[in-house]
Amino acid sequence: MGRTLAEKVWDDHVVRRAEGEPDLLFIDLHLLHEVTSPQAFDGLRMNGRVVRRTDLTIATEDHNTPTLDIDKPIADPVSRTQLETLRKNCAEFGVRLHPLGDIEQGVVHVVGPQLGLTQPGTTVVCGDSHTSTHGAFGALAFGIGTSQVEHVLATQTLPMAPFRTMAVTVDGELPDGVTAKDLILAVIARIGTGGGQGYVIEYRGTAIEKLSMEARMTVCNMSIEAGARAGMIAPDRTTFDYLEGRVHAPTGEDWDAAVAYWKTLRTDEDAVFDHEVRIDAAELAPFVTWGTNPGQGAPLSASVPDPASFADPSDRLAAEKALEYMGLSAGQPLREVAVDTVFVGSCTNGRIEDLRAAASVVEGRKVADGVRMLVVPGSVRVALQAVEEGLDQVFTAAGAEWRHAGCSMCLGMNPDQLAPGERSASTSNRNFEGRQGKGGRTHLVSPQVAAATAVAGRLASPADLSDVPAPAEV
Amino acid sequence: MEAFTTHTGRAVPLRRGNVDTDQIIPAHWLKKVTRNGFEDGLFEAWRKDPSFVLNAPEYKGATVLVAGPDFGTGSSREHAVWALQNYGFKAVISSRYADIFRGNSLKNGLLTVVLPQETVEALWKLVEADPTTEVTVDLVAREVRAEGVTAPFELDDNARWRLLEGLDDISLTLGNEADIAAYEARRPSYKPSTVQV
Repeated sequence: MGRTLAEKVWDDHVVRRAEGEPDLLFIDLHLLHEVTSPQAFDGLRMNGRVVRRTDLTIATEDHNTPTLDIDKPIADPVSRTQLETLRKNCAEFGVRLHPLGDIEQGVVHVVGPQLGLTQPGTTVVCGDSHTSTHGAFGALAFGIGTSQVEHVLATQTLPMAPFRTMAVTVDGELPDGVTAKDLILAVIARIGTGGGQGYVIEYRGTAIEKLSMEARMTVCNMSIEAGARAGMIAPDRTTFDYLEGRVHAPTGEDWDAAVAYWKTLRTDEDAVFDHEVRIDAAELAPFVTWGTNPGQGAPLSASVPDPASFADPSDRLAAEKALEYMGLSAGQPLREVAVDTVFVGSCTNGRIEDLRAAASVVEGRKVADGVRMLVVPGSVRVALQAVEEGLDQVFTAAGAEWRHAGCSMCLGMNPDQLAPGERSASTSNRNFEGRQGKGGRTHLVSPQVAAATAVAGRLASPADLSDVPAPAEV
Repeated sequence: MEAFTTHTGRAVPLRRGNVDTDQIIPAHWLKKVTRNGFEDGLFEAWRKDPSFVLNAPEYKGATVLVAGPDFGTGSSREHAVWALQNYGFKAVISSRYADIFRGNSLKNGLLTVVLPQETVEALWKLVEADPTTEVTVDLVAREVRAEGVTAPFELDDNARWRLLEGLDDISLTLGNEADIAAYEARRPSYKPSTVQV
């Protein structure tokens, strides 16, 4: 019987397979950041261990870093200690680090791909659940906990429990104004936050094949929000073109050998998935979340659902609690929900294409009165590219704040947070209670919807903007 | 890792599904660089509500958490496991866990037991009716027992053995050094390297 893409990559990384034991997999690339690594380095020190493969390990600073005044000492002493701890650990153990202020610094899942380190057919791990992003290249990429970080540092391997395979096939054309973000939010709403539990999802079909690498990363990034262990897309010409010429991409004969291997990384015709989901791209629309988990979403044109409409009692209870927390009522049209803050950024939507999409909507328009719009590029490289294209000027002219690179308001570990009761439209990945600041309320949206919402002051798509009076000076 | 064989203690009924790790331990606690001191951060936002179940005096000192489905979703933060352990929990019972949380729990000796939702409901009713009810989580027999409830659970032999013995995964893997070295020797040259160019 044929094998799926995920099974092929898995099989190529088995270091040891023995009856009654989980497979021991080799890890090709280990990404580190300041939050989930200090206790792992401590573990190495306590046991007198070293980092086995510093040549397969790279660190950056992203979760805790400020997006203003990055040339000044970090105000929060606890954040500062954590960053200093990473710097000390990397120096002591010989790990390459791109700290705040370095040209390669940024959100770890933006940095890996842009350096060309994330490649098809590799295994990638990081102490961060959104490591699934790297699956966009046909890599098998897992988010791991700190104990596993320590394990990979010490052994460059991980014992991994077997997985099941799921195909999410999206055929057809995405309608105008519908993005990768809308697609993945619709997938999560369909299968639920636990629907992918135990599975590696392969996204396939004609609509997926047409996506750019940036868009594919957005899709794979949120596999974890469907509960999946990983998400993958088979590598193709789009993937190879993205990689060719990047700093860490193979060159010469190695490039040819790599491409020859990468071309074998497709699910065989006769392979069987454990579960299949089919979606018609033409039926998708701009999507927003209304609740406090990423599965609680609906098309922007819909209304806040009535909890009583949920058949499952635990879904009903969850919807009741979510509406209470979100300060929404059943039947309220989503387009009437007013926001205080708009956040464009994160490992989900902080790449150059996302900034271009948001800029194209706000260009020549103004952010609505009383709305704060934060634009946080995913990396310093993304920021430089945006500046070269004049996008920073577009944002600031519209009244948005142009910030330095980092995770920022996606998880509110740095000063970029919502105040209690404040509501955001956010291009990030989680709308959990308090995720963007204590008592903050989050609606997950695409960059286009985020930008249109900033202009309209309420949840909106670019197509809705014609009825918003244009500011006088434009 | 601390070994887990069997544990008996009182239980807290947490009637919520989809409890994400941001609720278990909010992000601002993640700035700490140790594995301890997270007990006050456990369910920090919810504990501000006096009616939250963990605040009920009758559940003080309970060591088994009985939660709704999809427990531990979201962020991979192992701090969620440390917070539960720092607070005093030895075991969690739910019908379904997020994969990364489950993996993290078993690597730290926090036993996460999967039981059918009906059994979770039965345990909720039992400990709500009588908070002094004791629940036994027996990894040797792979069984949860409480008054009127005897529920077998599954855990693969390898994970169970590591827990029962309190084994260190890294030492076990380093025992397979020859396999790792052999794999490294046959890796193709086109594979990426982080060495600065």
